[in-house]
Amino acid sequence: MKQLLVLSGKGGTGKTTVTTSLIHISQVKKYADCDVDAPNLHLSMTEIPLKETIAINGLPKAFIHQDICKNCGLCQKYCRFDAIYLRENEYIVDSMLCEGCSVCTLVCPVDAISMKKNANGLLRNYENEDTFFTTATLNMGSGNSGLLVSEVKNQLKTSDVESSFEIIDGSPGIGCPVISSITGVDLILIVAEPSVSGISDMIRVLEVAKRMNVRAVVSVNKYDVNEEKTYDIINICKERNLVFVGTIPYDPKLIEISNGIFNLDTLNHSIGYESIKHIYDNIKSILLGDE
Amino acid sequence: MNETPTRIAILSGKGGAGKTFVSTNLAYVGKATYIDCDVEEPNGALFFQTTVLKRTPVMVKIPQIDSKKCTGCRQCVSFCQFSALAFINKQVKVFEEVCHSCGGCSLVCPEQAITEKGKIIGWMEESISDSVHILSGKLNIGEESGVPIIKDLIHYQRENNLEIIDCPPGTSCSVIEGISSADYCIIVGEETLYSLENLKLVVDLLEKMKIPFGVVINKSTTDESELYHYCTTKHIRILSRIPYMKEYQFITSKGELLSKYSPSGKNHFDSLLEAVKEAIR
Repeated sequence: MKQLLVLSGKGGTGKTTVTTSLIHISQVKKYADCDVDAPNLHLSMTEIPLKETIAINGLPKAFIHQDICKNCGLCQKYCRFDAIYLRENEYIVDSMLCEGCSVCTLVCPVDAISMKKNANGLLRNYENEDTFFTTATLNMGSGNSGLLVSEVKNQLKTSDVESSFEIIDGSPGIGCPVISSITGVDLILIVAEPSVSGISDMIRVLEVAKRMNVRAVVSVNKYDVNEEKTYDIINICKERNLVFVGTIPYDPKLIEISNGIFNLDTLNHSIGYESIKHIYDNIKSILLGDE
Repeated sequence: MNETPTRIAILSGKGGAGKTFVSTNLAYVGKATYIDCDVEEPNGALFFQTTVLKRTPVMVKIPQIDSKKCTGCRQCVSFCQFSALAFINKQVKVFEEVCHSCGGCSLVCPEQAITEKGKIIGWMEESISDSVHILSGKLNIGEESGVPIIKDLIHYQRENNLEIIDCPPGTSCSVIEGISSADYCIIVGEETLYSLENLKLVVDLLEKMKIPFGVVINKSTTDESELYHYCTTKHIRILSRIPYMKEYQFITSKGELLSKYSPSGKNHFDSLLEAVKEAIR
């Protein structure tokens, strides 16, 4: 089984549009959306029925029992996250800021603080006869998105659907959700944007991939917005010995995918979709060549 | 500093909607302090094309185990909620990247074998260009969380009356840090379904946090979009509609400020600044 992860560094370069196209082109049977902060893949994958939703607990959050609390303020003093504040003579936990370390329970001299279960996000599994799709949404203000990403990837592992190939849509950035999504994948496809920002962000995510010893290949979306920057990206790939798998032109037909509309009749033979087919051919030979 | 500055945070939900585009241009026309809180992928400073005047390391506290004092009781390992400590080969090992610096392990250790040392997780960079004071945070590669950098950026002393905070995408803990002290928020949205769905999450968050906000519709191609209808139905103020123009995309892709190089571009941001001032009043 081979896993392909789609990343970009910068947001909005076209990760999910490219992922949706790759899923259709490859006819892959198992795929996941690990962008738990702002998931969108399900908006394009409407034909597969929802099978189950599972609430995922994150770290518990502190709760102060006012009837026991003696207002000594030690919890506030020791909290490193400024999550405890005084309101009308009562110490209160701001659950958005509480990171669940439980230091406050340790320092409270009268045992007035307990840790309460806290839902971190909601996992959704979609399934039909031969296809499995999993995604999740992080609850607002939650931390530990890496934990939720690992849960999504676990669903792929435990599903009964058989597939020799899996595609994962990643999230922007280089922090915990990205690091969790990279763990264990065979290949990363970077969807870069030909701009000063896009290049800077691409280099940072390539550094993360390198540190984690996962191979990355690069494509450029909307390459014709700035051809000079596209050449810069190709040159960066040469310098770093990374395979450049292709460019995608600006194509309004592809933008329809980000409106949740996937119409093969209009997509087939469009320049944008054809160039993603070409990129898939390149990725396939790299993934199979490794075997 | 003469009065409390006005803080405006820029958010989007979906990445690439134009947060940095709106933040940098608004800071330029408003001669403001620009604060880049997208510490995983900071780009704002690139648009001001200037050199860094000052770099300050951002430190967090990481446990340090004195192996002579440690008796191997493992109370620290079982206390740590983040699995940042493990007992391997008769020694406590620290996994620094996942440590949240809560200080619990040193409190719980009965032998006082745990002290804390500083560790650099990223940098704060400061520069000045065209009367804009630029502050950027940059997370080191391989680090998991940039929240401590955002905290340092927000609490850093500065002098302008107007502050523009460029937030990371999404609605996670890093975004909360960026907006918790804001007087007003601007959500940047595109007219696609993806962008609208992510924007709704941000609206929920701001309503919950009771921070006033308005919307900028970026890369607009129609006046009759779903996003427009969503905003009018929910009585959300539309501050500006910036049209999709190949020229705008090109200038931005080169790393240049639209309001500096395009008179029509500058008009959008002059009137956006007015609209925001009006909304805050």
